[in-house]
Amino acid sequence: MEISLTINGEPRHFDVEPRTLLVHLLRDEAGLTGTHIACETSVCGACTVLLGGRAVKSCTLLAVQAEDSEVTTIEGLARGGRLHPLQEQFWEKHGLQCGYCTPGMILAAHELLERNPEPTEEEIRHGIEGNICRCTGYQHIVDAIQAAAAAMAKK
Amino acid sequence: MAKAPEAPKFIGSPIKRRDDPRLIQGRARYVDDFQLPGTLHLAFVRSPYGHASIRKIDASRARGAPGVAAVYTAADLAGKVGPVPVAGLVPDAKVPVQPVLAERRALFAGEPVAAVVADTRYRARDTADLIEVDYQALDAVVDMEKALAPGAPKVHEAFPDNVAFRWGISGGDAAAGLKAADLVVKQKMVNARVAPLALEPRGVLAHYLPGEDKMTIWSSTQVPHKLRTLLAQQIGMAENRIRVIAPEVGGGFGSKLNVYREEALAAHLSRALGRPVKWIESRSENFLATIHGRGQVGEVEMGLKRDGTVTALRYSVLADCGAYYQLLTVAIFTLTGLMLPGPYKIPNIEMQVTGVFTNKMATDAYRGAGRPEATYILERMMDLAAAELGMDPAEIRRKNFPAKSEFPFKTSAGLLYDSGDYASALDKALQKADYAGMRRRQEAARKEGKCLGVGLSTYVEICGMGPSAAMGGQGWESARVRVEPTGKVTVFSGASPHGQGQETSFAQIAAEGLGVAVEDVEVIHGDTDVVPYGVGTFGSRGTVVGGSAVVYARDKVRSKMARFAAMKFEADPGDIAFVGGKVFVRSAPEKSAPFAEVAKLAYDAIKLPPGTEPGLEETHFFEPGNFTFPFGAHVVLAEVDPETGEVRILRYVAVDDVGNMINPLLVHGQIHGGIAQGVGQALEEEMIYGEGGQPLNASLMHYALPKANRLPRFELDHTVTTTDVNPLGAKGVGEAGTIGSTPAVVNAVLDALAPFGVRHVDMPLRPERIWRAAAGKRA
Repeated sequence: MEISLTINGEPRHFDVEPRTLLVHLLRDEAGLTGTHIACETSVCGACTVLLGGRAVKSCTLLAVQAEDSEVTTIEGLARGGRLHPLQEQFWEKHGLQCGYCTPGMILAAHELLERNPEPTEEEIRHGIEGNICRCTGYQHIVDAIQAAAAAMAKK
Repeated sequence: MAKAPEAPKFIGSPIKRRDDPRLIQGRARYVDDFQLPGTLHLAFVRSPYGHASIRKIDASRARGAPGVAAVYTAADLAGKVGPVPVAGLVPDAKVPVQPVLAERRALFAGEPVAAVVADTRYRARDTADLIEVDYQALDAVVDMEKALAPGAPKVHEAFPDNVAFRWGISGGDAAAGLKAADLVVKQKMVNARVAPLALEPRGVLAHYLPGEDKMTIWSSTQVPHKLRTLLAQQIGMAENRIRVIAPEVGGGFGSKLNVYREEALAAHLSRALGRPVKWIESRSENFLATIHGRGQVGEVEMGLKRDGTVTALRYSVLADCGAYYQLLTVAIFTLTGLMLPGPYKIPNIEMQVTGVFTNKMATDAYRGAGRPEATYILERMMDLAAAELGMDPAEIRRKNFPAKSEFPFKTSAGLLYDSGDYASALDKALQKADYAGMRRRQEAARKEGKCLGVGLSTYVEICGMGPSAAMGGQGWESARVRVEPTGKVTVFSGASPHGQGQETSFAQIAAEGLGVAVEDVEVIHGDTDVVPYGVGTFGSRGTVVGGSAVVYARDKVRSKMARFAAMKFEADPGDIAFVGGKVFVRSAPEKSAPFAEVAKLAYDAIKLPPGTEPGLEETHFFEPGNFTFPFGAHVVLAEVDPETGEVRILRYVAVDDVGNMINPLLVHGQIHGGIAQGVGQALEEEMIYGEGGQPLNASLMHYALPKANRLPRFELDHTVTTTDVNPLGAKGVGEAGTIGSTPAVVNAVLDALAPFGVRHVDMPLRPERIWRAAAGKRA
């Protein structure tokens, strides 16, 4: 089945089995391996990407459901060689260790901050409930999201 | 005369990580990110039964399916792939032979029974579904006490009593110590089996090159060299024709300190078929077929005098091995015995452990690996004893600490603790927590009918693994430091970090010693063709053992550069300093040259100092003379709702002493993450099995682990007690948080339930358990 969609601003065309998951299209067909797979039950959030600007779990979407849509992966977050404030603050605040949850976590945080530009700590922790991290204990992730919110508010 | 410049200090600096840019941009490469043309994808058929006879495997529909290269069962591998390797045994341990594919019987749910390789991952999965296996379900062994009862089903025909091993450790005379006690406290305690759940599941990509008879294996592993050595023997290939690469590894926590069936099979099949073979674990497989942690059920007895002095501790325990051993299954349980005295002067200790075969996946190293269990039983007993004696839980602990002046301290378990100041850590934690204030808050809450609890844990742990003689071999770590002709520095480490940040901390170590910028140091690890033979990263040894190797290798290079500089400046090598990218004569700093210029002298070798070879590349293998012993005190304030069983951690205070901290930012990250996993074990985590040996919660939908909204903010502080065991004065931090946290949380919850007369509830303290305990005790 042929599908067309925009990934990180670029129009792309693929011919895939109808049952191909969006995450497999992104990783195996489009070669964008920054989006990770860590479960099969859509609980862990490692596969989070933006679909039409909304955070979605790409392991629970068929590629064909993204037909004619705009998908943003972690590789598309930095613009013109400049890191997104979330990326910068995850780095500053040591919000990652092994890095496996990080792309999904950053994109989930992206949507959180779009909906709620000044979240409280409780709102952040609730907002990333759909993303598991086994390394950090979440505290530095929360710090990073708070710092990114502040940096983005200044702009 | 010019003034000598000040040397900047990198060690001790909370520098942000050099590892991060690729990770935050999604450009890091984990195993599944490597794509090779012609790759065959490997999928498994796994037993759904905990114990079953395999009567027939019909692969006929699978063999002809499109895109399928081959289908395998045990018969196809006989004589070609050896059993899974095992180490760390105790005398007289029974050792089952673990085949790569199950032969006549499946002994745990998830055991691989057949394997398929196909051209796409989807087709490999489809094809696996076409294989029909005729199982006859057999009675399974799930509960250890039932496993040891007469007439229990046998996990292994060869070991009919289901006893895997027996081991004991003792110091002094525990029986006498208990007899002489004024009070003996007894309690049965459970450390349930848990799943490590590194976020990246396991994976392996094996690439055999037929023309060269060589193989490259990418594996999500913590131990690339160990894997290479053991796989070589398992598949019958020369070790020096195999290259193992640990690429980016998404967490391990001990679960990837191992050699697994799937790795051996992928390697063998790549060689047999002459094509790359890739296997990526699903999360379900990760629950079923990656090692589990903990798994101890035991009875603890503690003898005390009226004044709270502990006279004896005895622990009689069953250890859940699973059906087969993985690499260190048996050894992990012995670590509990070594740490039985904990941070206390307990003169008489005894542990008797019976390893039990069960129809489950093997247990093995999981963050803390045997030490959380020791700390848990000790800290629970301290609280139980305090309650019976009417003593404050902080005071009973303090009473039993050795004083700082008593270190190095020989324990009744035979270990020599390097250094310690347990009272100071406890004082600091109590002060930071405002312990008295917490108790007042608890009193006030009780008057309002609310249940608040305060939980303490004072711990010491054994890490920086470790002296080779004590480890059964291979406790050292390697490093090679090379100064390039352009003055850049490359550190090649035998350590294999998977999130710990040694690309930064090792750069800090090298940069400080050579007087260069941290940015000018590259740290390379994980490739057996590139770095010196290494032992790997586990047991909180990366910085302590691996970083120490870097120190010595760095100093060898520095010393050699000093001879070249001394030759150039006609000075004494002992008078040469390295600061700010320059090399100069300390007593005559105007005699100075850029670092790169001195490096070039060594490579050009136009003139050599006497007895000196060209080049600037030095290797060191650091053998530690002892383990290291970080310690600390955790204080938890928790609120428990007896109606719903819900627990809310209101405050979490941790004071940890990990010796010198190379990078405090990384240290905090390790403690946070460690505490989170300890809280998980205390409140939520447990592998649950049905009677047939089927795991009932083998998915993230059913296995609860900590999410962001269920953890508090951690308030951390430190004391710093250095160690003489290594040149960094560092004690290691990877597992300390996990070890200290679990009992602090459990103690807090039980303290909250004390008014209900609840004495003990086993982990995990799920809402249902708490509700039952509180309800059962209500009038």
